[in-house]
Amino acid sequence: MMRLELVKRPQRSALFSALSPFIAFALTIIAGAIMFALLGVNPLTAFRIYFVEPVSQVWQLHELAIKAAPLILIAVGLSVCYKANIWNIGAEGQFIFGAIFGSAIPVLFPQFEGPLVLPLMLLLGMVGGAAYAAIPAFLKTRFNTNEILTSLMLVYVAQLFLDWLVRGPWRDPQGHGFPQTIQFGDSAVLPELMPDAGRANWGFVFALVAAVLIWIMMGRMLKGFEVRVLGSSPRAGRFAGFGLSRMVFFAFLLSGALAGLAGISEVSGAIGQLQPVISPGYGFTAIIVAFLGRLNPLGIIAAGLVLALTYLGGEAVQSALGISDKVARVFQGMLLFFVLGCDTLIHYRIRLIGLALTKPEGAAKLEAAPKLKEAR
Amino acid sequence: MKKLLIALMTTTAALSLAASAEAADKLKACWVYTGPIGDFGYSYQHDQGRLEVEKALGDKVETAYLENVSEGPDADRAFERLAREGCKLIFGTSFGFMDAEVKVAKKFPKVMFEHATGYKTGDNLGIYNARFYEGRYVLGQIAAKESKSGVAGYIVSFPIPEVVMGINSFMLGAQSINPNFKAKIVWVNSWFDPGKEADAAKALFDQGADIIVQHTDSTAALQVAEERKLHGFGQSSDMIKFAPNAQLTSLTDEWGPYYISRVQAAIDGTWKPDNVWLGIKDGAVKLAPYTNMPDDVKAMAEATEKKIAGGWNPFTGPIAKQDGSAWLKDGEVADDGTLLGMNFYVKGVDDKLPQ
Amino acid sequence: MDITVNILLTIATAATPLLIAAIGELVVERSGVLNLGVEGMMIMGAVGGFGAGYLTGSPWLGLLAAIVMGAVFSLLFAVMTLSLATNQVATGLSLTLLGLGLSGMIGTSFVGQPGVRLPNLDIPGLSSIPVVGKLLFGQDPVFYISIALTAAVMWFLFKTRTGLTLRSIGDSHASAHALGIKVIRYRYLSVIFGGACAGLAGGHLSLVYTPQWVENMTAGRGWIALALVVFASWRPWRVLAGAYIFGAVWIGQLHAQAFGIPVPSQMLSSLPYLATVVVLVLISRNKRLTMMNTPASLGQPFVPDR
Repeated sequence: MMRLELVKRPQRSALFSALSPFIAFALTIIAGAIMFALLGVNPLTAFRIYFVEPVSQVWQLHELAIKAAPLILIAVGLSVCYKANIWNIGAEGQFIFGAIFGSAIPVLFPQFEGPLVLPLMLLLGMVGGAAYAAIPAFLKTRFNTNEILTSLMLVYVAQLFLDWLVRGPWRDPQGHGFPQTIQFGDSAVLPELMPDAGRANWGFVFALVAAVLIWIMMGRMLKGFEVRVLGSSPRAGRFAGFGLSRMVFFAFLLSGALAGLAGISEVSGAIGQLQPVISPGYGFTAIIVAFLGRLNPLGIIAAGLVLALTYLGGEAVQSALGISDKVARVFQGMLLFFVLGCDTLIHYRIRLIGLALTKPEGAAKLEAAPKLKEAR
Repeated sequence: MKKLLIALMTTTAALSLAASAEAADKLKACWVYTGPIGDFGYSYQHDQGRLEVEKALGDKVETAYLENVSEGPDADRAFERLAREGCKLIFGTSFGFMDAEVKVAKKFPKVMFEHATGYKTGDNLGIYNARFYEGRYVLGQIAAKESKSGVAGYIVSFPIPEVVMGINSFMLGAQSINPNFKAKIVWVNSWFDPGKEADAAKALFDQGADIIVQHTDSTAALQVAEERKLHGFGQSSDMIKFAPNAQLTSLTDEWGPYYISRVQAAIDGTWKPDNVWLGIKDGAVKLAPYTNMPDDVKAMAEATEKKIAGGWNPFTGPIAKQDGSAWLKDGEVADDGTLLGMNFYVKGVDDKLPQ
Repeated sequence: MDITVNILLTIATAATPLLIAAIGELVVERSGVLNLGVEGMMIMGAVGGFGAGYLTGSPWLGLLAAIVMGAVFSLLFAVMTLSLATNQVATGLSLTLLGLGLSGMIGTSFVGQPGVRLPNLDIPGLSSIPVVGKLLFGQDPVFYISIALTAAVMWFLFKTRTGLTLRSIGDSHASAHALGIKVIRYRYLSVIFGGACAGLAGGHLSLVYTPQWVENMTAGRGWIALALVVFASWRPWRVLAGAYIFGAVWIGQLHAQAFGIPVPSQMLSSLPYLATVVVLVLISRNKRLTMMNTPASLGQPFVPDR
């Protein structure tokens, strides 16, 4: 009988901290190669198209930025929540409400134009996301209601509300009855960064700025310290005079505002109008991004780009090699598992018990003792 | 294992090299689907059309597709990717792709684009659609003949013109047989949720409907009809295998012939952007074999189908709107623009249209 | 009267998969593990169940395959979170992602094929008693399994020594470990049990509820099951009540529409979710009660030190 045993390292291993993403990537490549070979596709070709092609063409780099921007923006906010041990998994709903609030200006006041429109929209977007996130925060602090579930349930409500809005009151009267709002006016559209080269817009810049600001806050400011203390030990936090309820609101409002900003940036930048579906699940994917980036804002930038790459690569192999999009999803799932698993090495040493060759004699003897006890 | 892998890699590499050298003089036709091709409904039928193209045109054509493409920025990228990867003719199969396709078509003037169910065209962007409402009129007549309670249950997805048009046409057909015919309507707010569709069918049967019509994609509602020994109609594909005793007929989408003709035109160099709305007479809207009904009903359905194929439009006046106000005068035929933007019910529909 | 019976039967069918998946997750969470991969395990069960039923022609073998599929898939989660101490939330979400993709791949050739349906119970004499006959003796076998399962879990958790041990692990894995309890082993078995239940719930979907295979056919039911566990504050009989309340709201909104109540359908569709939030609030207001039942070490990784 073989089994795994973890031995806690005295402190986190700097070596594995740096190496583990690469080990995970190598494992994914091996497992992926086997999968592609079983599907009858040359793994080398598949990997070239999956990982290299998307980053070797300028227009694809822009697409990468577009796809990564909302993921990074949302995940950075969520990382603060998770660090504080507060479980907001309803970012998808906050994303939608940010989009709705921000879109109110171009939809309801289309004649209002000028340089003020866009900042106001972005601000309203953040307000919308934060307001929607305030609901689970309020319920948690006031009634002690589990925030994982309330925030998740509110996602479905937000989706249906948006659906009602664009099919009903906000529907474009000239749109042949189709469920869309009017197209936003020019001053309500988030400009592209380099219009000649590709479609990437300012949303990506917002994401980078937000990540850096949160990184500074978490590492250099008292608030960040408060988040970490309350997250790892609420009791110690209370002794230090930090309020748990205040922290719940802070984390929810912050992550909600960032998700809302992502929502309005997406609608005003990449879509140009409200429609029944505005997100292919960014709010949920961002949760994975947050963990892939180890809840570190700078790590999240990298993780967001990697995850965006797997989407782009997945589409590329689909169109070039006829590999179904399910394969891409399985591939993403494998990558996540390997990354999560390899990160274990940062904090733990792994020992295989039952393989006598792998350990020194003394250790084997020491471990044989509890085994005997078990047998009895 | 490693050796095996290397062997596999080298052989497949050789194969793919050979394949790409050969591909140069083929026309590459590509499709973008909004759902998974495994939905056995809307996207599935489009993909069947793609497979028919491959079969009919053989080595003159190469096809590719992207499935599960979300309507939004992902759609822009999907079309751009296909255009850049050498697709010469690209079909976007969902209404939500309209603006993405317009944008990308402008950027790639040499690539031919076609968009299903939209209304925006361009120099290299054509549109195509199918007159499903024609088939729904026939369904309405059959329902009115076969129903004992005089009430049908109608399961619908989203209130878009296409769906509203279908409800209206169905009711006009039913009322032409039984002026007092009623339909109970349930919006499930999804194209595809088998469980919810089954539950909706059960609720409708429990409230006295004895025949089920759907404008959603799964076979679940028909399976409920089969269990309850009642009847219903299939949607998108022929679902007789799922409900051998319950399916009266099925309203199916047949995109194959259209796709073949368009790809052929592209190969011949005669492709021009088009604006077509195909119906029963073009073979794009088909009614699956009539089953589980007496011969006279079958004969009636076939006669109506023929009449429509001959050019008669179910939306021919006199028709009043739901509130009783006049819409079409005697003999007046609805124009396509009104139909494509339809957001009102005709008289006799017992539901409030979500506004 | 007939319509009432029919509605009750419909509610039972809608509630059964939720109940089974939630009962499984309840045991998992009672042992202190949070597995957010229910949706993924459920869809794997659905595809496995359909596939085995379709290929062998036996719905019973299908049901068995669904259970095995869910259990095997959950093992992946167990190895990650228990042996490698990975974050449970992230691992669970990844499991769902993987399950949705993998099931689509496995099920490609099942699309558009009519499967087999598990027959309803039919006891001569009893099943045809008016009103109660159909409700008590004429439902599908999985319905009876779900009720029996709830009773069994209730008995196991609160009346057996092993159940007590399991709960103590969920409350404090450190002290349980100090007492010499094999924390990891208990958790492995709990997670696998949860996976088997989720698989069975998926099998109910593809073999009873809507006997067919289509991608994403679970349509979010795994998430509802997760909500039910908290909604029930980790007590089995409340999971049962919650599943049936949810089923009733779910079916009720469809009836309201068919009846012609002039409310936007989106609002009716969001009722079940809003109802869940409201009930969650009502239940959690009683702080003492929730505190008493919430497994204190829920979601925290445990690594035995020696």
